[in-house]
Amino acid sequence: MPIGEWFKKQDKRLPENPTLEKRAVPDGVWEKCPGCGEPIFIKELEKNSKVCPKCDFHFPLSAYERVHYLVDASSFDELWANLCPEDPLCFVAGKSYTDSISAAKAKTGMNDALVCGRAQIDGRNVAVAAMDFRFIGGSMGSVVGEKIARITELATDEDRPLIIVSSSGGARMQEGMISLMQMAKTSAAIAHHSRRGLPYISVLAHPTSGGVTASFATLADIIIAEPNAFIGFTGPRVIEQTIKQKLPKNFQTAEFNLDHGMIDMIVNRVDMKRTISRLLDYLDVNGVVG
Amino acid sequence: MRKFSYDFERPLVELEEQLEQLKHLESAEKADIAEEIAYLEKQIEKLHIRTYENLTPWQRVQIARHPDRPRTSDYIEAIFTDFIELHGDRAFRDDQSIIGGFARLDGRKVMIIGHQKGRNTKENIARNFGMPHPEGYRKALRLMKLADKFRLPLITFVDTQGAYPGIEAEERGQAVAIAQDLLELSVLEVPVIVAVIGEGGSGGALAIGFGDRIIMLENAYYSVITPEGCASILWDGEGEGRGAEKAAEVLGLHADKLLELGIIDVIVKEPLGGAHHGPASVARGLKKELAKALKDLSSIDPNELVKKRYTRLRNIGYYTEYSGKPSVLDMQS
Repeated sequence: MPIGEWFKKQDKRLPENPTLEKRAVPDGVWEKCPGCGEPIFIKELEKNSKVCPKCDFHFPLSAYERVHYLVDASSFDELWANLCPEDPLCFVAGKSYTDSISAAKAKTGMNDALVCGRAQIDGRNVAVAAMDFRFIGGSMGSVVGEKIARITELATDEDRPLIIVSSSGGARMQEGMISLMQMAKTSAAIAHHSRRGLPYISVLAHPTSGGVTASFATLADIIIAEPNAFIGFTGPRVIEQTIKQKLPKNFQTAEFNLDHGMIDMIVNRVDMKRTISRLLDYLDVNGVVG
Repeated sequence: MRKFSYDFERPLVELEEQLEQLKHLESAEKADIAEEIAYLEKQIEKLHIRTYENLTPWQRVQIARHPDRPRTSDYIEAIFTDFIELHGDRAFRDDQSIIGGFARLDGRKVMIIGHQKGRNTKENIARNFGMPHPEGYRKALRLMKLADKFRLPLITFVDTQGAYPGIEAEERGQAVAIAQDLLELSVLEVPVIVAVIGEGGSGGALAIGFGDRIIMLENAYYSVITPEGCASILWDGEGEGRGAEKAAEVLGLHADKLLELGIIDVIVKEPLGGAHHGPASVARGLKKELAKALKDLSSIDPNELVKKRYTRLRNIGYYTEYSGKPSVLDMQS
């Protein structure tokens, strides 16, 4: 059974959080918060959208967890989960690309770094996509680009608002120029969705950078970031090497981006669904719910 | 004598220097060394071919970066007439690493946008070595909209190592400036013709680097990441030297490979050793392709043009789609 199915039937039969369930936690009850160092009861963490109840640290999420915390229970209908990456350049540099793909598949149980499909948010039809940073740094190659384009086209055809949660290191190096062109491809798809007068809300999760920030992720009507998320174009190490200066504190955080006018707001994950729902209400030109 | 040479060109340059000395000797001392000179000239000719006929990917990247390589402004001068440069993003400043304006190609009105590197250190500082800040991309956006409004076909010249990686660039929204160019390019209702003339470094190149026809010079490169950047990710700390060499080999960044992958449409030949060994002939070849593209695309209905551009982008990608249920997800559950 595909993981996507879990969302439909999870209410009774399955645990609230499939990915957590599968992970080997030593005692399976407590998790130490990397933010404040306090032990947190896992059940409590899950109930709190995996945000530390003590210090608000946002734990990293898998793409399925992202969708889970964002849409109505049992409403997610995953699409195109069977798209798998190829190795067009036969890329070998130390490690081969095919090995990286196999390792990422084994680690995540996914075929590539993005999950998408139809869903509902408070009864409203939406098209949703979420990236998974664990899959080769959430990088965008052919599969991610193709799925973003397809879900955007579906949203355009079915008059659905589009919600994309990004978490990515940028374009996937191992597919060379084909990856770079996915930036143009996804941006073009967004252009057509926007021209149709449909709303697009982009959520930037830690970290979002490179070719993803410089394409579909920042072309939204509303851009929301999670607290403290890294958001930028060039990575800090490259900037530091180029300008030979220490970078200012706070540089390229969500807060820095808000200060500089790059995003609309920072929203705690606990309030994310509610905020998006309220925004969609304003952005709904048809007034149709459900 | 050459002002600048790469390591792989050293043996050739040394012979050329010897020849120069011999010629000097001949004229100064009236020495009878015509035979030696003729011999050396022949050797140089042979070595010239040997040095340049089988360049490695990394050597070609170096040629694409050669300080004497023709710049956007050189091609504008050689190919177009009546160029009127336009400046500024109407918001912050005029970024000189991107230039643009009106021009005529064989009398036909067009809009030009291109990355602009300098000829010398002073110019390069003013041009920020061809690495734009967000203002540059916003100037480009303004010119794209202008082209659309006045129905001017857009011709772009790509020649940048990448968008500038700096604090101010991030503060002023480097990413969103590039993204907005990508969005605009995809819906322009005029022909968009791209010429990759030197370096096509990542998103900073792509921002003005896709369209209805993509022409590429033989030794130009176009890459998702610079070889140095790729190397520093793959082999931490080996960004320069051998690492970049290896990266250039695996990234598939040259015109022949990109033609094979369907990313670009046509290659313009360069003389042996690179465009700077014969700028006039390269400009002629490029002009021919630009004129041809303009002719081919001008007859297409604007809506159709946008649709075709979209279809072209949609078709870029390599993936397998399993029908039915079998997938890695099933195996796990």
